[in-house]
Amino acid sequence: MFDWFPKNISTYGGDIDAVFWLIFYIVGAGFILGEAVILYLVIRYRRKEGRRAAYIAGDKISELAWILVPAAIVLVLDLGIDFAGGEAWSKVKGETPASDIKVIVTGKQFNWNFTYPGPDGQFGTDDDLTLENELHVPVKKVVDLSLNSEDVLHSFFVPVMRLKQDCIPGRKIPAWFEATETGEYEIACAELCGYGHYTMRGFLFVHSEEDYAKWTQERWPPAAADSTQVGQL
Amino acid sequence: MSSAATAHATHEEKLSFWRKYIFSVDHKVIGKQYLFLGMFMALVGGLLAYLMRWELAWPESPVPGTGWIPEPTMFQGVVPPEFYNAIVTMHGTIMVFFVAMPILLGAFGNFLIPLMVGAPDMAFPRLNMMSFWTIFTASVVMIASFFVPGGAASAGWTGYPPLSANPVYTGVNWGITLWILGLALEFASFLMGGINFLTTTVSMRARGLKMMRLPLMVWMQITAAVIFMLSVGPLIAGAVLLLLDRTAGTSFYTVAQGGDPLLWQHLFWFFGHPEVYVILLPGLGAVLEVLPVFSRKPIFGYKAIVYSTIVAGVLSFIVWAHHMFVSGMNFKLVMPFSITTILISVPFTIILLAMMATLWKGAIRFTTPMLFAVGTLAMFIIGGLTGIFLGSATADIYLHDTYFVVAHFHYTLISAVFLGGFTAMYFWFPKMFGRMMNETWGKVHFWLTLVFFNLVFMPLFKAGLGGEMRRLYDPFQYDFLKPHQPLHKFATIAAILLFASQIPFLINFFWSLFKGKIADRNPWQANTLEWTAPSPPPHGNFEIAPSVYHGPYVYSAPNMNMKEDWQPQDQPLAS
Repeated sequence: MFDWFPKNISTYGGDIDAVFWLIFYIVGAGFILGEAVILYLVIRYRRKEGRRAAYIAGDKISELAWILVPAAIVLVLDLGIDFAGGEAWSKVKGETPASDIKVIVTGKQFNWNFTYPGPDGQFGTDDDLTLENELHVPVKKVVDLSLNSEDVLHSFFVPVMRLKQDCIPGRKIPAWFEATETGEYEIACAELCGYGHYTMRGFLFVHSEEDYAKWTQERWPPAAADSTQVGQL
Repeated sequence: MSSAATAHATHEEKLSFWRKYIFSVDHKVIGKQYLFLGMFMALVGGLLAYLMRWELAWPESPVPGTGWIPEPTMFQGVVPPEFYNAIVTMHGTIMVFFVAMPILLGAFGNFLIPLMVGAPDMAFPRLNMMSFWTIFTASVVMIASFFVPGGAASAGWTGYPPLSANPVYTGVNWGITLWILGLALEFASFLMGGINFLTTTVSMRARGLKMMRLPLMVWMQITAAVIFMLSVGPLIAGAVLLLLDRTAGTSFYTVAQGGDPLLWQHLFWFFGHPEVYVILLPGLGAVLEVLPVFSRKPIFGYKAIVYSTIVAGVLSFIVWAHHMFVSGMNFKLVMPFSITTILISVPFTIILLAMMATLWKGAIRFTTPMLFAVGTLAMFIIGGLTGIFLGSATADIYLHDTYFVVAHFHYTLISAVFLGGFTAMYFWFPKMFGRMMNETWGKVHFWLTLVFFNLVFMPLFKAGLGGEMRRLYDPFQYDFLKPHQPLHKFATIAAILLFASQIPFLINFFWSLFKGKIADRNPWQANTLEWTAPSPPPHGNFEIAPSVYHGPYVYSAPNMNMKEDWQPQDQPLAS
């Protein structure tokens, strides 16, 4: 209908957008109907000489049906919206699908830190790598995130992924996404976190599979790893 | 009761200036005190909005007319980021707690409840005086916080810890402590007020005034009072914990020492959501009073409205977590809260449809209060409907903390509080001050306000759908938000014009106060009891304690003629 959203490049973004559009059409119809009725009533029933107002107290069930039936329809539509939304919700915020790419995201006044476990796949070892404001991921792979914060609340917001999740000090909050397109995108902080809140901007780099392999090789060069072992011997 | 009323009336002359206008125990004077306090604070909140909007349209450029504000608050008219956060925080705090509550509950609740229930005064007049002076003190504390070292509170009007709990995160020390203190005083004030509202309505009603004959404004005020009293306890507890964290080194909200920041969010929103209904119901109450009078019809479905209001009030207590869908609370808890949230649309649908049905087959007279009432109804629909997007947890993932939220709650609150407040002000002005306001200027004020209000906030929906976050000092740091700058320039110019549109109101208000046409008892030909008292009512309100014979909305009944198509509540129904 209109093209105001940022591009969606996540596998579940379409589900979230679909819920938005479902609500949009229901609510849009309600809006047009409501305003049209008000407009009609105020024009049609403005005071005219010689015409008196009708005495309708709306205390009989037959009269009340005029408002109770629409209210019942609203109830049904409400439940429909909730039902439609429930599935998408559990997909996005429920269990994270299995994934090889794990990243710890740490919010800190006023940076996003992304920690990779390195080739050993374990966090907390020597080959961990922490990047400031740069998240590199391959396309079409589930990325498993663990969010936390070092100081205040932050909110990890990737508009193109339709991903938003608060980061809380002391908690590890899971989140995930799977990108469908390569490119460079912005990451924002959506929770007021201090005077530098507006500068807390990161970048998401979605690489093709080859590029991602190249990127990991540059960060964790196999040769260098061998030479340190030689040196130790 | 009649002897009490005469006693009041006779000793009125002897009161000194201080007793009569400053430390008054008369609910009507106290109501006016609340009104003037709220209007003054609205000016403060509005000026903060001006600074904020300018910053959003032209970031880091000097704001016209503010060059005199000294450093470090501003730098030659340029808002620094720290002060921007304080502006955002204080604008929200002031508008909700120091404008909406004093005007809609303080002013109109105080002024109207005793008059509408036929009582000579509130049940506890001295407590009433104390409630005003407590909120007055709270307002002084709030304004003083701008002038302490470090400046005013800057952790958002929701004051989420850890940001609000420790000065190292904001650089603001006294400002946030005073903010908590000011809010605590404000809550204490409205607790006193609420007790008075309830006791007066329950125990001081005129003879014959059954609960189901109460004007809907009274129902809305006491429902609001009950909601407030039941919800504010947890927040006061939460605020005390936050105060202790800040000043005594405790760690209720600090994780490293075993605290939990989410605890605050639960306590805050357990109050914060019902609070929305506290200020919204009286605004709708004013509309419900005005619609029947100017369409000369009974309100449609009186009982349905009363029950819907109570249901909405009850539901408001089990929806708070919809502010926390992406906060990190258990994801399985989310769906139940999403369902209760969206269910609130059902009682409000009934109330809004009842309002529309009241217009149906009416004889509508477009006075200024009626224009504002219909405007409130038309705008509130937008606020209510956009709430569905945010009530849906799934859509909220994307929309949470964006300008969509800002646009939504301004449509909800500006319609109910601002337009609803003006409905009340134009309607009851003759009763409050004994003079009529000018109709032409009132209509100019209405149309300008309606147009510019929409021009300010409609574009913000678009900004929100584009993903723009709230509370950004300079949104255009982000590439994907750069295209929003024309939108913000537009909204800012509209906001300045909306602000300017209030000038006709202010001139009209103060001119009419002294020079307006003298109002008779019942200039609108309305039924409720306040219109049977003189304008303005003397201390003690009624010459004779009224008796009530029927409900408040008997207009154009079949046995009435066209000229005398109303039947005041204190006169028996002609058969």
